[in-house]
Order: sequence, then C-alpha cells, then structure tokens
Amino acid sequence: MDASLPAHMRPERSFQGFILALQRFWAEQGCVILQPYDMEMGAGTFHPATTLRALGPKPWNAAYVQPSRRPKDGRYGENPNRMQHYYQFQVIMKPSPPNLQELYLKSLAAIGIDSAVHDIRFVEDDWESPTLGAWGLGWECWCDGMEVSQFTYFQQVAGVECAPVAGELTYGLERLAMYVQGVDRVYDLNFNGRDGDAKVTYGDVFLQAEREYSKHNFEVADTAMLFEQFKMAEAACRKYLDAGWKDSKREAHLMSLPAYDQCIKASHVFNLLDARGVISVTERQSYILRVRELAKACGEAWIHTEAGGAA
Amino acid sequence: MPDLLLELFSEEIPARMQAKAADDLRRMVTDKLVAEGLVYEGAKAFATPRRLALTVHGIPARQPDLKTERRGPKIGAADAAVQGFLKATGLTSLDEAKIQRDPKGDFYIALIEKPGRDAIDVLAEILPVIIRTFPWPKSMRWGARSGKPGSLSWVRPLHAITATFGPETEEPDVVKFSVDGIETGQTTYGHRFMAPGAISVRRFEDYEAKLKAAKVILDPQARKDIIFADAKQLTFAQGFELVEDQALLDEVSGLVEWPVVMMGSFEAEYLAIPEEVIRATIRNNQKCFVVRDSKTGKLTNKFVLTANIEAPDGGKTIVAGNERVIRPRLSDAKFFYETDLKTRLEDRLPKFEQIVFHEKLGTQAARIKRIERLAAEIAPLVGADVAKATRAAHLAKADLLTEVVGEFPEVQGLMGKYYALAQGEDASVAAACEEHYKPQGPADRVPTDPVSVAVALADKLDTLVGFWAIDEKPTGSKDPYALRRAALGVIRLIAENALRLSLMKMAASALAGLSLKPADAQKLPSDLLAFFADRLKVQLREQGARHDLVDAVFALGGQDDLLMIVRRVEALGKFLESDDGKNLLAGIKRASNILGIEEKKDKRSFDGAPDAAFYGLAEEKALAKAIGEVTAEASAAVAKEDFAAAMSAMAKLRPPVDAFFEKVRVNDDDAKVRENRLKLLNEIRSATRAVADFSKIQD
Repeated sequence: MDASLPAHMRPERSFQGFILALQRFWAEQGCVILQPYDMEMGAGTFHPATTLRALGPKPWNAAYVQPSRRPKDGRYGENPNRMQHYYQFQVIMKPSPPNLQELYLKSLAAIGIDSAVHDIRFVEDDWESPTLGAWGLGWECWCDGMEVSQFTYFQQVAGVECAPVAGELTYGLERLAMYVQGVDRVYDLNFNGRDGDAKVTYGDVFLQAEREYSKHNFEVADTAMLFEQFKMAEAACRKYLDAGWKDSKREAHLMSLPAYDQCIKASHVFNLLDARGVISVTERQSYILRVRELAKACGEAWIHTEAGGAA
Repeated sequence: MPDLLLELFSEEIPARMQAKAADDLRRMVTDKLVAEGLVYEGAKAFATPRRLALTVHGIPARQPDLKTERRGPKIGAADAAVQGFLKATGLTSLDEAKIQRDPKGDFYIALIEKPGRDAIDVLAEILPVIIRTFPWPKSMRWGARSGKPGSLSWVRPLHAITATFGPETEEPDVVKFSVDGIETGQTTYGHRFMAPGAISVRRFEDYEAKLKAAKVILDPQARKDIIFADAKQLTFAQGFELVEDQALLDEVSGLVEWPVVMMGSFEAEYLAIPEEVIRATIRNNQKCFVVRDSKTGKLTNKFVLTANIEAPDGGKTIVAGNERVIRPRLSDAKFFYETDLKTRLEDRLPKFEQIVFHEKLGTQAARIKRIERLAAEIAPLVGADVAKATRAAHLAKADLLTEVVGEFPEVQGLMGKYYALAQGEDASVAAACEEHYKPQGPADRVPTDPVSVAVALADKLDTLVGFWAIDEKPTGSKDPYALRRAALGVIRLIAENALRLSLMKMAASALAGLSLKPADAQKLPSDLLAFFADRLKVQLREQGARHDLVDAVFALGGQDDLLMIVRRVEALGKFLESDDGKNLLAGIKRASNILGIEEKKDKRSFDGAPDAAFYGLAEEKALAKAIGEVTAEASAAVAKEDFAAAMSAMAKLRPPVDAFFEKVRVNDDDAKVRENRLKLLNEIRSATRAVADFSKIQD
C-alpha cells in the first residue's frame, strides 16, 4: 500500500480509493486501464476488451471496472450483499504471464490484504460461460474462507481456441471492500473515504437504484418489448456480421464490434426476461444457445479483423 | 542401488485430483521402468496442492545387456537378401555371422548384442513422455507457448521439474530433459507464503526434510493425521466433539501444505436451523467441520477450520474472517428455512407442471401422479395404509422446490421430512418424504416403515420402467440415471423387508401408468426382470455368495417373486455345501451329460414317462420310486415355500442315483431298455427342477 496516500483515498477507507488502488497497481504491470463498456452486461467478461481481445495471437493487457447487471439478483436493497447492479474489476493478460499468481497476490497487498496474516487459497473452480461459448480452468481465490476473486486461464472463448491463452482475474469489488472496511452491509461501505457530513456511502449512491431496478426487473419490465428487442438484436447481429465480410472470400471482416454489441444486448435482454419469469425451463436453454451462436459468430468475425490478428 | 526423485511443481492442483494423480505418476513411471528391464525395489508418490512427487528407490544403474540371435538368408542367397540382412543387423560383412545348419539348409545367423543403457538415460527418455501424456481428468494450456500447437497440457501451469538420480552415498545427477521449455534441475520451492524461497534438493530424504523446514508437509496422510488429531484435541479440550467427516478431511488436506487447525464460532441463534443444513452450509461453502456438544450430542455453535499459514497474530484475523463469512451464509440458510416453512408442501406442486423430468417421460407433475398411483397399488401388498402412502407420494418430491434444497441438494428428502412434520403431517408420511430415496447404495439403510417402503418401491419402479420404456438402459460404465442403484434398491427393499411382490405385475402396472406406449411393451417386464437378476447376481457376488445359483433359479422360468428367489438361492447354497448336495449335483450332472450325448446321437429327446415294464434291475426300480416320492415331497415343500425342506427331500435322491450309476449300464444293447433308462435319467433332471435348474450351477 502506498503510505503517501491521503487518508480518504486509502483502499481500506474508501470504495473509490480501493478501485483506484487496483487500477494503479495493474497500470504498473503494463495494463491499459480502460473505462467501463457503455452497455448493460452481466459480467466484466462480456466487455469486448475481454471477450474479443482474448482471441487471436496479439498480446493484450488490460484492466477496467465493469458495472455488472444481474437482474435476478436484485433484492430491493434489502439483502446485505446481493444486488442487481455491482462492480467487477477485471484484468486480462494475454499471454498469461508466468507470475500471474504472484501479481494477483501483490494486488491484494496493494488493497490492504496482507498474505502473512490472511489465509489466501486457490480453490479449484472451472469457469464456463454457456452464453459466451467460453471455458477455462482456474480457481476461486479465498481470503479467510471468503471467495474474493475468480482466476481463470481461458482455454476457449466465443467457440474459438485461445492461442495463446489469456489469464483473467475478476475481483468482486463490493465484497472485497466490505472485507477491508470491516462492514457487514454493502450499503454501509464508505464510498469517498470522508467522515461526518462529507461522508458518502455506497447506499447513498446506489440504494435508490437497487429498489427501483428490483421493481423494474421483477415486476414491470415490458416483456413484450423485451421479446421484440431480443429478436431485433439477434437479427441485427446477424445482419452486421453478414455485411461485415470484406468480400466473398470471407477472409477479412470489417464489422465485428458493432455486431458484438448486439450480442451483448441480446444477452442482457434475455437476463431481464429471465428475471421476469416469462421464460420456461426448456425455452431458457434455447435462448442461451441463441446468444451463444451470436457470440461464436462474433468471435469468428473478430479473428478475421486486423486487431484480431488476421494477416 | 540408485534412487530417483521426481517432483512436478505447479500452480494449485484441485484437491479432488491429487490422490489419483500421485498414484498415476507412481504407476506410469514404475511400469515403464520395469518394461525397460529396470526392476526397482520400491516406490512412493505424494501430492500437495502445488506438487506431485515420486521417489523410486533401488533402481539398477544400468539396464541388463540384451543378446539376440537373428536368422538371415541361406548360404548362397541372392545378394539383395544378403545386403538386407547386413543392413538390418548392423553387421559389416557375412564374416561376422555364424552359420547354422538345419534340415532346410545352412543359414547365416547374426548375433546382436544390445548393451544395456544407463538407467539415467532411460529415465531422461521416459519421464518427458509420461509428463506429456499424463492422464489429468481436465488439463489446460497457458502462457506464451500456448500460442503454438503442441504446447504442454497440465492440470494448471507447471513451473519446475526436479529430477535427480543417484546412489545414497554420492551426489546424485540431474536427470536431464526438458518439457515445453522447463528444464529439469534440483531446485524446488517452499510454502507459498511462509517460505517461498528456492530450495536445492539432492534426494528424497533431504527433499522431504527440507520441505518440512520450508513449511510443507509432503505426505497427504501426514497432513490428514495432523488435521484430524488437532481438530479432535481442540474440540475435546472445550468439552466438544468433532463431527468426523472423511470426505471433508480428504478435501481439506488437499487444500493446504501446512495445516493449521483453529476453532471459530457463530451466533447461537442459528442453531434453530436443522443440523444437517448447518453442516451442509459450513461444510460445502467453507470446507469447515462442525462440532457437537459431547453432553447433549447436539451441534454447537462452533466450527473447525484448517488454515494454510501460521499467522503472526496467532490466526485471530483468519478466525475472525471465517466467522464473518459463515455468519451471512447461516443467515441465508436460516432465511431460506424460515421462508420455506411459510409455504405448505402441496402448494408447491403446481410448479412441477412446468418442470420437465425427462423430455420423453413428461413433467415432474406427471411423474408424481404416476408414483402416487403405483404407491397406492403397492401399499396393501406391503402392509401400508393406502391413504398414507398416497399422501406421502403426493408430497415426497415437493421439497425439491424449496429454497434450502435449491441451495443444498444433498438435504433433499430430509427437508421434506422436516417441512412435512412442521405442517402437521402424519409421522409415517413425513418419514417417507425422506426415506423414499433410500437405500441409496449397498451400504445405505433400508427403510422399514411400510409407507416409506411403498413410496420407495413406487418411485424406483416408475424410474426403472420409464427409462426402460424409452430405451435409456445402462450400458457398460454408463448409467446416467442411476438405474442399477434403483434396481438394487428394489431388491434390498423386498428382501430385507421380506415382501411378497410379483415384479412382472408391478412392472406391467408401472408401464400402464406411462403416457407413452413403447414398441416392445410386451417384452419390457421380462427384460427388466433379467436386469433384476443381473443386479441380484452382482449383489451376491459382492457379498461373497454364489451368484451362479441365481441363474439356476431364474432358469426355472416364471420366477418374479424376488423374496422367493432369494430364499431359494439361500437354501440351494446351503444344500450344495453339504455332502448330499455335492454328490447329488455330481449325479445330476452325470445324468445330464449322458442325456446330452445320447440326445445328440439319436437326434431326439427322451421326454415322457419311463415304462415300468422295462425295468430289469432293482436299482432302476428304486430310482424310479425315489423320483416319484421326492418329486411329490419337494413340490409340496416348495408350495409351502419351505425351501430347506425341499432340499432335504432332494437329498433323498442321492443314494438311489449313486446306486443307479454304479450298477446300471444306461446304453443297454436292447434299444427299448436303453430308451427307457434314458427316460429315467431325464426324470431325475425334471424332478430336481422343483427347486432349481442344476445344470446351470457351476462346479
């Protein structure tokens, strides 16, 4: 930890200081620090900086915060740690450096978790995203029995073999911050590190939104519109992918990113429909499959782009 | 003789894979050594979360020399043949070959001596192959090299390989090879946090000791012993008792290199949650043990955790951290439990109409209706109250939709019981909610309450008949719907409760309840019966009993009363252990053999009653008389289901059968007499069929 930091910026005092400490740490490891992707998504992995950049031969090191929306996890602001909107901090390094575990442990130290006093463990957890057609092996990282991060070596993303393999780290920011700040309720997190009247809590920032979105997600979200949006996003994705091939040889693609946006959109719309309980068990599987097909087609397009490493 | 030390140092290996991996490593290396003519004295393999290690001691320093002879062409053969021979054998000219004479002529013989290689060179060749082909259940690629095809796959990134070889008295050599850019050496690393530095090792003895000094206990058994002993002592000291859990102990010992056992506690209010749920919460999510109060035998608000470090604060932070994690988990569990209690089980059932049990077998709701119908039908046959059995079948699956079971699938059934009791169901109905899943395996308890028995049978039979009807039978090692377990469950329920049921009728009834009509519906019950026979054989074999007797009983045909089959097999087994049994079996086999040969010779069978008019000898008459008496007596005993008495009756056949074979020549010159004697032999065979088909019994 950086001793020169003012008290209100220290990671154990403020949520924003906590995020800044992580960003700074990973910037020092050579990562580009990106801003959140400007779309609704269920996890930081959906950000094209992970999903698409994990593919292809070009090195890529990036870190960013991604607001993550899980409509089903909303609890109207009444559960101490479940929310429909929360932050993930995402690191992706391709190829995975040989000392990624050490870097991860150092990043914990940077946010105030000293591995000499805390029991840090790497516990088997194989990651799979059926909607992204992705899987990898790795661990959930435990701190004193609490899962604080997900550590994955991507083997396949969007149906494409990773060559080389990228290492992905995902930190559950609220949970970690609660741990270092010593609070039991997420809304009690000190957001800005100030005291007294100047103090802003996580609840000040997000509680209203949690209540409103829970109501929206479970009770009111317009399902007819959402069903329509799913279809439209799916069709648009296919259309852009088709239109993106430079020529009939299908060797170079020029529009993978706009197409992938529609895949992200379809995925989020599906999550909303799922939260509204209007998708039956059997249909659920077929929706997941439809999103996966989009993701795979986008991955295929991406590796035919210049940034995706096509010759 | 020299020893091998091999260590594969990697990132954290999943706990569940470590034991098998150590075993595979030992087996693969030692098998290969033996195949290379290097017979070793002993080998032992170890695993920690970060390393697989193997020591093989007493390996010869060199392979033995191999001498082989190779026969070449005849003297004077074409030059091409000679050149080929020289090339294949490495000889420079025919002068180096011997000449051997045999009846076909004179041949060149090459003596090829293959000198044994140094064991270290052999190791350098076999070890990389073993590493590259190691059978991890799941493996992965990593790092820059994964961009190229053919990169190494390992369970998690592999960082270092230690491989040394040499005798005790000397500095060992490194077995030099490299795998995917990792060069072998003699450097390993200590505990990730407490002693992460490099350690130079020479051989197994100093390796194990240096690791220990670097806070790594190499031997998984030693780690288990430490955790178990410390956990017992820690709890005992405070008047508590550890709830032992072997599977958890195995797992926890695979998560640490340096186990440090500590005790934490949670708020006593959570003890209101059913014990099994507390245990599942703490065990599954936190990998911690739960603790009993030794006086009351009830769970107490303590848990035992195993950390991987000795912390400077004595572990206070770690314990406090774990307590902070367990609290919300238990809070969730308590919330789930209390939420569940607010909804009656039957009110959950409509949801099952939306849940598909199996694509071809319909919804869970349809399945529950079938089980209800079948349970009602079985109830009177097993002494259960029909209304209670129907009610129990109606509710038994409802807990699958509760929050607690959603979170902890392993408490399915048990929660059903709790919730049923809480809503005031009859005790038998509540018990059946739990017990209808039983027995889950050969060691599991078999329910005895008739209501539980009726629902358990109905559930299992519906499953078996359903999957039979859609042709999803187990094949080989594949049994995704656990149908073998279900069949064994039925066998044990019937046998251990001494129930009288016709399996054919039950299967037909279950079949009638299905909405689909399989093409071979006629055959299905008998097909399923054969499956039960197989399961029964497997079970008897596992108990060390004679499974061939099952065939002898099933061969009689029409046997579908499992209890009677089991009883018959038992009686038959006892009978065959006696002298009478053994000799009678020999006599029957002899009769069968003779009949078999003569039937083949004459191309006819010798059915039909023998004619008393042709009996010439006293032994014939005596045998005929005995057969008549024994048949009557055995049949009467079988009718009374007294198989022991039937066997005793059979025993009376032995003296006349023995006497017959001693005195009577079956193949008499008079064709009429011969035919009559063969018919008499056939009578022996049919008489014994009152109890079993003896021809199916193996000697």
